[in-house]
Amino acid sequence: MNWVLENLEVIGGYTGAHLLQALPPILVAFLLSLPLAKLANARGWLRTSVTTTSSLMYAIPSLPLFVLLPGLIGTSVRSPVNISIALSLYGLALMVPTASDAFRSVSRDVLGSATAQGYAPAARFLRVELPLAGPVLLAGVRVVAVSTISLVTVGGVLGVPSLGMLFVDGVRRGIVAEIAAGVVVTAALALLTDALLVLLGRAVMPWTRQREVRRA
Amino acid sequence: MIGFENVRKEYPGGTLAVQDFNLEIASHESVVLVGSSGSGKTTLMRMINRMVDPTSGRVHIDGDDVASLDPVQLRRSIGYVMQASGLLPHRTVLDNITTVPVLRGTAKREARERAHELMETVGLEAALAGRYPSQLSGGQQQRVGVARGLAADPNILLMDEPFGAVDPIVRHELQRELQRLQHELRKTIVFVTHDIDEAFLLGDRVVILKPGGIIAQVGTPQEILADPADDFVASFVGADRGARTLHIERVDGRDVVVDADGRPAGVLAAQTAGRAGDGPMGERPS
Repeated sequence: MNWVLENLEVIGGYTGAHLLQALPPILVAFLLSLPLAKLANARGWLRTSVTTTSSLMYAIPSLPLFVLLPGLIGTSVRSPVNISIALSLYGLALMVPTASDAFRSVSRDVLGSATAQGYAPAARFLRVELPLAGPVLLAGVRVVAVSTISLVTVGGVLGVPSLGMLFVDGVRRGIVAEIAAGVVVTAALALLTDALLVLLGRAVMPWTRQREVRRA
Repeated sequence: MIGFENVRKEYPGGTLAVQDFNLEIASHESVVLVGSSGSGKTTLMRMINRMVDPTSGRVHIDGDDVASLDPVQLRRSIGYVMQASGLLPHRTVLDNITTVPVLRGTAKREARERAHELMETVGLEAALAGRYPSQLSGGQQQRVGVARGLAADPNILLMDEPFGAVDPIVRHELQRELQRLQHELRKTIVFVTHDIDEAFLLGDRVVILKPGGIIAQVGTPQEILADPADDFVASFVGADRGARTLHIERVDGRDVVVDADGRPAGVLAAQTAGRAGDGPMGERPS
């Protein structure tokens, strides 16, 4: 425990670095998945191939990808950018199939009715289709967020600063408290982010928190 | 006035939804397109607001070919009511009703005031304004649908089997309300249903469609009942089964109207008039 109290600053620094690597991929995966999913849904064959590609991509082990990526894009092995790019790919692999399902979950009748009321295509997407796909999209983003936050730790093995460094360093120096701190803070970060996403979802999708009260 | 001229609709793959359809619908008239599935009735109705464009032929409103109008603007000028599933589930009752006026640029406040009036017109309690559609009963949802269709005060109201998903009692209530509304508002209504009784109740004129959008008969309900054009129409309206051939039987000193199968249809009106509280349907010979 003493180790933790004496190294609060180190833990804080790693936490910040960890978040800086985790948040952009979560955002990128979410934003890019929307057009990709729409595109995939527009064509049947494309949807199948996108879903397959996504599963294949997720099957690539993270450590080799972190090592290979610098060679492909010309960054240094220890650059946090690698981690963020690799995690964006993993995030997309998770998020695109979910987004595709999310858009398919929106009732055709409701979309048809929105068109009949006179929504122009862009407005219909932004104000009807996207919000109605929201609950499934949110479920996908929550998985991506938690998975991304935990995967960032793998970078620690390569010496990229993140909470993962606490395990690596703790194991090397035999400090149990340091290892435990790494695990606990990473988990806490993931849980906190998840809770924030849930709250955000309730705020922007008020209709989902209403209990169904059917009245005669 | 709405006109269909030699309208044909063929879908890719060769499905012929409508062959060659011609019809004129006068302003303030309520016309019901009735037919079983595959009769093209919904397709025809959706040509009016360009949800469907005909393969050939033309549809015009007050002389303007709809093909020359901007579809989005056109749709905002025409009321559209469909089954309950057509309400926006993520919008409150009030926001659903104000959809079209807001799209048309009416100030939100003004649109809301009008929406409150409309809720009263269609018989919805003001307390429901903030609810979501899933929190309403089927009948209430349908009333919201009607209010939404009327919100921008359109001349034309398209109704796509709007009461199909509610139970018979509520459906009857909604049909009565629509009749009352139409009496006051005098819209041009195009109504699609597969229920011939609903068609006879609500249509100034009824168009009976065969598969492929072929008109089997057009006329007032009285004309169609009195003189079905062919066996198809007779069968469709139930005349061939004797459901429309009524005769009077005397039961307990009162005249009961009975169809050809012996099923009581009601009591002769002159006799029920003096007995408040007795519905016309309730009398069964025992």
